[in-house]
Amino acid sequence: MNTSVIEVENLTKVYKGITAVDQINFSIKQGHCFGLLGPNGAGKTTTIEIMEGIISATSGHVKYYGQMASSDISQQIGIQFQHTALQDFLTVKETLDLFTSFYQHTLTHKELIELCDLSDFLDRDNRLLSGGQRQRLLLALAMINDPDIIFLDEPTTGLDPQARRNFWQLIQNVKKKGKTVILTTHYMDEAEQLCDEVVIMDKGKIIEQGSPHQLLKKYFTDIFIYLPLAQVPNELVLEKHWQVVGERVEITTNQVESTLLLLIEQQVSLDGLHVKSANLDDLFLKLTGHALGAEIGENK
Amino acid sequence: MNLTRFLAVVKARNIEFFRDKSSLGWNLAFPILLLIGLSFIFSGDGRAAYKVGVVDSVQVHLAQEQSIGSELNKTESTQAKSAFLETRYIEFINYSKLELAKTKLSQHSIDLIVNFSKKTYWVNQDSSKSYLVEKIFLAQHHDFSQQQAQGKKIRYVDWVLPGILGMNMMFSCLFGVGYVIVRYRKNAVLKRLKATPLSAFEFVSAQLLSRVFIVMFMSSVVYIGCNFFFDFYMLGSYFDLFIIGLLGAFSLITLGLLVASRSKSEELIGGLLNLTSWPMMMLSGVWFSLEGAPDSLKIAADILPLTHLVAGARMIITEGATLVDISYHVTVLLVMSTVFLSLGAYFFSWNTER
Repeated sequence: MNTSVIEVENLTKVYKGITAVDQINFSIKQGHCFGLLGPNGAGKTTTIEIMEGIISATSGHVKYYGQMASSDISQQIGIQFQHTALQDFLTVKETLDLFTSFYQHTLTHKELIELCDLSDFLDRDNRLLSGGQRQRLLLALAMINDPDIIFLDEPTTGLDPQARRNFWQLIQNVKKKGKTVILTTHYMDEAEQLCDEVVIMDKGKIIEQGSPHQLLKKYFTDIFIYLPLAQVPNELVLEKHWQVVGERVEITTNQVESTLLLLIEQQVSLDGLHVKSANLDDLFLKLTGHALGAEIGENK
Repeated sequence: MNLTRFLAVVKARNIEFFRDKSSLGWNLAFPILLLIGLSFIFSGDGRAAYKVGVVDSVQVHLAQEQSIGSELNKTESTQAKSAFLETRYIEFINYSKLELAKTKLSQHSIDLIVNFSKKTYWVNQDSSKSYLVEKIFLAQHHDFSQQQAQGKKIRYVDWVLPGILGMNMMFSCLFGVGYVIVRYRKNAVLKRLKATPLSAFEFVSAQLLSRVFIVMFMSSVVYIGCNFFFDFYMLGSYFDLFIIGLLGAFSLITLGLLVASRSKSEELIGGLLNLTSWPMMMLSGVWFSLEGAPDSLKIAADILPLTHLVAGARMIITEGATLVDISYHVTVLLVMSTVFLSLGAYFFSWNTER
């Protein structure tokens, strides 16, 4: 179960003098959900498209099962692109038929419809699909040849929170079937929910890699406690060097019990108390010095 | 309407357009090329009022040489005969075969036929233009004997039919294939297809076959449907007409594939397809015959596939030609298709790089 199915070695891609991917290395274990994380422009999509064989690398290699990737790799992998259009005027069922015809071995329509929850809109024109329905169809197309390796490039970008969570469930179902999933995302909560291992990229380079749990444990021992600003005496905030974040006071501590006792002793009301562990967003901020959300906003 | 938003979109669109150098260049070049082309086609002293076929070619050459001041020893008789050939506003067309000239006369494509050596002329009694040009001719050659051509009169709609169908096929083939492929490339449909085992050859072939079927089906429906109302003139075989249509469609589709082989810009491909289609619409004999056109124009028309489609189909319809008779057009279309397809396949790009 721990065999590497994909090895990326010294991969570099230069576009017109701009280095989009810069000498990156990693390997992906069979049956894992592997996350490529980072803001827009970090080089995630370029990396994944080189791995898929869609674009060529300037230098470096991608190996599948220890062998250099060959042209028939498309029979063994499934791909969901970040931006792709579907043929206009075809229905969902007709689209499945079309893509089914491209492969030698395929899942049955019944299996795909069940796996990706397509039954409600099978006869709908592609142009009339909602964002969530469209992503489910694209996932079905990625799964159509029953691949062992599935690439999902920012599959939930643009979806509403409910649709995102529904899609996460679909990916969990795919994982349960023993598939290796390679996922790019700039949603850190998505990576925490789905990924066994992540690579964090920024400006074409890998800045950290490991399992989300290991990385958070490595960089954070503290817990964050939040209280409404109005409830905490100003003198106490200054004395303890706590941070004021908007309308809240942020208390960073590795001793939750003693901190809470201190607050009680000071007769600070605990109404609205919020306790949070560090997450991958905090990790990204710590590693790069800039917030992931700000990067995304800048790139929109 | 929110004016601020509206103007912001206008500005953004203008910036996008002006930064697309290829599209901008095309938008400047196309009207200039069109103006140059039209000025060339309609240059000269004006169009002839009548067309007269001459079946003993010596007379035409003689008249042409006289007009450029050639010093030839001529007899008085020859001078008298050729005086008619110098009449202004009459276009003289040389025919080596009398039968072909008679077919043209009976179809009103020409107005009179003259054979000076046999002192004979042919007139079409159903044509007012033939009647008038006969009066002009008899003023100088009253001793010629009159003959009448036989055959069914051809209407303009019969003559223009292959041109209209051919033009329709051309637009369907060029835009239906070229424009769609570029749109597929731009919105990443091609990229999605490239991620499957589908090969470029399979994709291109599928596009070709699909469009051939669509074009031939639609053209057949239009022809059969209109035939009920117009009762089109048809001297040749429907099978031959179908074959030349098929070859024409094939060459036009392969041309569309070639034009669309690499571009990712819908605006550029629109321009390129217009650049390809407009000369064919103007020069391929869709609307008017190129029989009396300058040689340079005929040579230019000869490199256009629609010219051979229209000319071949028109010969089948109006002259009863067989595929053997139009083997030149058949061969040219086959050669063009091979060249276009080879180049299109060679240059074709899924263009997945961002």
